[in-house]
Amino acid sequence: MEKIPILRMGPFLLITIQVDMHDKLALQLQDDVTQRISEWGSTGVLIDISSLEIVDSFIGRMLANIAAMSRVLGADTVVVGMQPAVAITLVELGMSLPGVRTALNVESGMELLYKQRNLAGVDHDLHQA
Amino acid sequence: MTSTRREVVPIKTSADVVMARQKVRQWATELRFTLVDQTKLVTAASELARNALDHGQGGQMMIEVLNGTARTGLKLVFEDQGPGIPDIEQALKDGFTTGSGMGLGLGGSKRLVNEFDIQSEVGKGTTISVIRWK
Amino acid sequence: MSKLADIIRRNEDQIRAEWLKNMSQSVQRVDLITKSELDEQSRSLLAAIVQGTAVDESANLTGKAWDKAKNLLQDISVSRARQGFKPSETAMFVLSLKEPLFVSLRRELSGNPNDMFDQIWLTSLLIDRLALLTTEAYMAAREEIISRQQQELLELSTPVVKLWDGVLALPIIGTLDSARTQVVMENLLQSVVATNSKYAIIDITGVPTVDTVVAQHLLKTMTAARLMGAECIISGVRPQIAQTIVHLGINLENVITKARLSDAFALALQLSGRTVTRISSATPTPNGDASSVLPTAKKEG
Repeated sequence: MEKIPILRMGPFLLITIQVDMHDKLALQLQDDVTQRISEWGSTGVLIDISSLEIVDSFIGRMLANIAAMSRVLGADTVVVGMQPAVAITLVELGMSLPGVRTALNVESGMELLYKQRNLAGVDHDLHQA
Repeated sequence: MTSTRREVVPIKTSADVVMARQKVRQWATELRFTLVDQTKLVTAASELARNALDHGQGGQMMIEVLNGTARTGLKLVFEDQGPGIPDIEQALKDGFTTGSGMGLGLGGSKRLVNEFDIQSEVGKGTTISVIRWK
Repeated sequence: MSKLADIIRRNEDQIRAEWLKNMSQSVQRVDLITKSELDEQSRSLLAAIVQGTAVDESANLTGKAWDKAKNLLQDISVSRARQGFKPSETAMFVLSLKEPLFVSLRRELSGNPNDMFDQIWLTSLLIDRLALLTTEAYMAAREEIISRQQQELLELSTPVVKLWDGVLALPIIGTLDSARTQVVMENLLQSVVATNSKYAIIDITGVPTVDTVVAQHLLKTMTAARLMGAECIISGVRPQIAQTIVHLGINLENVITKARLSDAFALALQLSGRTVTRISSATPTPNGDASSVLPTAKKEG
């Protein structure tokens, strides 16, 4: 079954969502992210939604869930690239995604994750299997 | 008001919800809605289609173009033969606030469209019609 | 065979001459319309009326026979509106046709008072209805102009200014209603993406009142910006507005507000890791003032 690819970038995970996800795919992603964080000891998750033209309440909840679950596992999450029309619609829908940090693009998202990591004084040895 | 074209889309699986979204997007693009209006309507369609599937045990969506005297609009009707909604007013209030509640997404969808009508009977089913004008 | 159509045909020149003569100076408006144009308009209108009444003796205007007259009046109204005529002037243009028509009717039907009365009544009804068409057409045209101007005004009045790398400013002038807020919001968010700006200063110095509705609109805009990864600062909050906000109990906990745009700008620079320093010029200026400066914004960290 198709899956959303999760790339490892040093201490972080990079997830680029480019397809119109159906609910099962979204749930699968949630599972996969938590799996990977445990496996690789990642301290940050960057979700790039710049290609998503629709974010409804289900996807919104998925993002919030990923952020919450990752935090429990010791990782920060940043969602980047939300399109203006999507932002306007989410606000109208009543979702403000508290607990989900956001940034304009991948670059600033990474900056944010590094900053958080430095603040937390985290230093993982990432060459473990 | 004379309406012209219409199409019916079944909602039986979660893939159908995606199909419903894409159909609405297609029609809205053809009618040249603004990007923000399109996004709002497609998102509302996604919410309501999912509701029909998850709470209504499956149903269908009908899309119809409305050619009013001074304006054009897109009408969507979501119908299911599910358990129905016992307290509609409450359901409309249970919108999403923090994104962690269950809710039915009805309240939110209502804000994304210009006209919203809901008929539901316990044990019989639910019919929700929404209209977005250009 | 319509009596009216006949009578007009027979007396056309005379009717038209009297019509134009009777039109007072104010209705003729030689400053707005040339004599030949006026001539042309009266000629065609009279011809269209004859055409209509020849086929359809009623004063109903719903039949196809009256389409020509209706279209003609529509065109005349719209062009006169553009030329600057008042709607009453255009209506009077049509109404002043009554007298010459009645005069002809009286002359031709003098032997039959009942007939004359009927025709005069019919003619009066007809001309009244035609005149009313002009006012309707005028209003519809005005509505269209107004709504187009509103749209232009909406777009013009929400400029987005780039104050610095990554810092935008949106000075809002005028009232903020739903429609306007939509435009402001879309403008702001699109600019944020286009210029990659993390900070957007919404200046409301020019907004006369802030009530709960306006506050809600602003909050929505700020939430949307935050979802995208940008922060909004509200500036230009006047003392009265501050009082209103507190009175109304509007919750601005997560909102950064500043009284002045300059303060908001300074804050945005600071938040993005920059400061402004004064450098003194190496050589004194002709005025001997050695401390005249070009402030620069240095990036720190």
